[in-house]
Amino acid sequence: MEQKIQEKTTYTLEIKNLKTQFFTSKGVVPAVDDVTIEIPKGKIIGVVGESGCGKSMTAMSVMQLLRHPGKIVDGSIKLDGKELIGISAKEMRNIRGNEISMIFQEPMTSLNPVYTVGHQVREAILLHQNLSKQEAKDKVIDIFRQVGIPEPEKRYNSYPHQLSGGLRQRVMIGMAMVCEPKLLIADEPTTALDVTIEAQILNLMKKLRDEHGTSILLITHNMGVVAEVCDYVYVMYAGKVMEEAETFELFEHTSHPYTQGLLKSIPQLNLSADRLYSIRGIVPNLLHLPKGCSFCTRCDYADERCKVNRPEHYSVGNEHKVRCFRCERGQTASE
Amino acid sequence: MLKNIGKRILVSIPVLFGVVFIIFVMLRVVPGDPVANMMKEHVKPDVMERMREEMGLNQPLVVQFFRYIGNALHGDFGTSYKLGRPVGDLILNAFPKTIKLACCAALVAWLIGIPAGIVSAIRQNTILDRLFMGTALLGVSMPVFWAALVFQYFFAYKLKWLPVSGYETWAHMVLPSIVLGWSSAGTIARLTRSNLLEVMQEDFIRTARAKGLRETGVILFHALKNSMLPVITVMAIQVASLLSGAVITESIFCIPGIGRLAVDAISDRDMPLLQGTVLFTTVLIIIGNLAADILYSFIDPRIRTEE
Repeated sequence: MEQKIQEKTTYTLEIKNLKTQFFTSKGVVPAVDDVTIEIPKGKIIGVVGESGCGKSMTAMSVMQLLRHPGKIVDGSIKLDGKELIGISAKEMRNIRGNEISMIFQEPMTSLNPVYTVGHQVREAILLHQNLSKQEAKDKVIDIFRQVGIPEPEKRYNSYPHQLSGGLRQRVMIGMAMVCEPKLLIADEPTTALDVTIEAQILNLMKKLRDEHGTSILLITHNMGVVAEVCDYVYVMYAGKVMEEAETFELFEHTSHPYTQGLLKSIPQLNLSADRLYSIRGIVPNLLHLPKGCSFCTRCDYADERCKVNRPEHYSVGNEHKVRCFRCERGQTASE
Repeated sequence: MLKNIGKRILVSIPVLFGVVFIIFVMLRVVPGDPVANMMKEHVKPDVMERMREEMGLNQPLVVQFFRYIGNALHGDFGTSYKLGRPVGDLILNAFPKTIKLACCAALVAWLIGIPAGIVSAIRQNTILDRLFMGTALLGVSMPVFWAALVFQYFFAYKLKWLPVSGYETWAHMVLPSIVLGWSSAGTIARLTRSNLLEVMQEDFIRTARAKGLRETGVILFHALKNSMLPVITVMAIQVASLLSGAVITESIFCIPGIGRLAVDAISDRDMPLLQGTVLFTTVLIIIGNLAADILYSFIDPRIRTEE
């Protein structure tokens, strides 16, 4: 019993059976459906999937920043063992930007154009820490230096439009890290950046994780990014987690047909192909999901059973779970 | 910054010339003889002809135009046919009354329009929003002369709360300011609301929320400043047009401001006076736009550095 409790507290964030739905005039959209994600302390956890698979909505649910008509209808989100669902708006504000912070896909538009970047980062400090303006400013310059912004004193007074995309994303990371959060949620942080800058930003995130012990939830659609930085990966499709495993295991023993498709879609230089591989079909409308497995309409292996019944999570090895009938017997399914 | 302002002022000079030229030609093309208007019908034709010659009205239009420009550059805008006083003096005399009304109306418009727009945006689609937007629509679409008469009837004649017309005390300013300010407030409220709603969808608003700011802080510090740019343009133009005389309001409430001066000048075919008031109005509008541009660069750093 005691051992179990101790095991639990090593998680920075535990999302259990989270259900987030959008109540639109056309019907209820299950954007996040029964998602369980655990983020151990100091680890980088990846969430992968196509656009609209619910990965960003999972993040927004954790931040409790869902826009109307989105609502968390069920589940539990625990930060260091403390339940976040149902706490007051004020308590949640004290957590946002302080214990959990977030960086976004669009560094170009995520900063307010009419304030200097220094002012915007300082705002986060003044909000959560009892520091004077000068102390806060010194702290901003310090964090700018840590995230690799050249001439931090000068950049403090720059406006967002005067900085490049890479620098702006560094500012965003600085803003997110300045209160030393327990958890950093990075929603496609490198999607809008070019490849060399992408590598720099990913390395920066790894460095910050190592120095501060911050846990990171990295949302991406890029399998290459996952391979590079993540310790553990969740693959999401149509609001559900389809497969989860340690990164190496996932790449080595890819089991879910969707994950296999994703990996095959990465263009490879050593194989000459006339056409790039793509998973056939399109992402289903969340309002009209198939009755059975939500991937069955696009799956090459789908049979009658897949169309009628919903697969559970089947364990296929050490911390490797797959939501596919092919793995029902506890074996990784190879092609 | 200073260079830019200087450039803007230089650009406005041809605009001024153009406006003066157009009004000059138009006044001489429209029917109606100023001399016949001034003299009465029993004056002999040769006297009228001599009058025209004295006033320089029988010279070619181009000569008249350049003489007018030349005099204007020396600060002489001619003498009013009707009142016999220098146009410059008449305008300067009327302007303070117009300023008083314009400032009161602008205050009404801003103090009501901007907060109403913000509240409507925050409480989008609630009864409060509908109420404010309905009132704004009413203000924008109600003809000023009609609103003025209704207000005079109820608040001055029936309830006797306020004076019917005149300009001597601040109490006199209440009704015309409300009549005049209401439609401006309506425009500003609707504009503020729609811009604020648009800005609230921006990514940096999400960032501000993710920082842990409370919603009022998000709106007042992050959204409002970004959404005010188009509102400021409209505000500056509104002030400029208010300052150049609210023609109808001034007439109904018997306030002898620039607007009244212009109306009288039109009906009397008082060309120098009308030219003077139009020129004055144009200058005010140009200054208003310039002020909006300068304010812009204070609010939006992107404009500041583009120069």
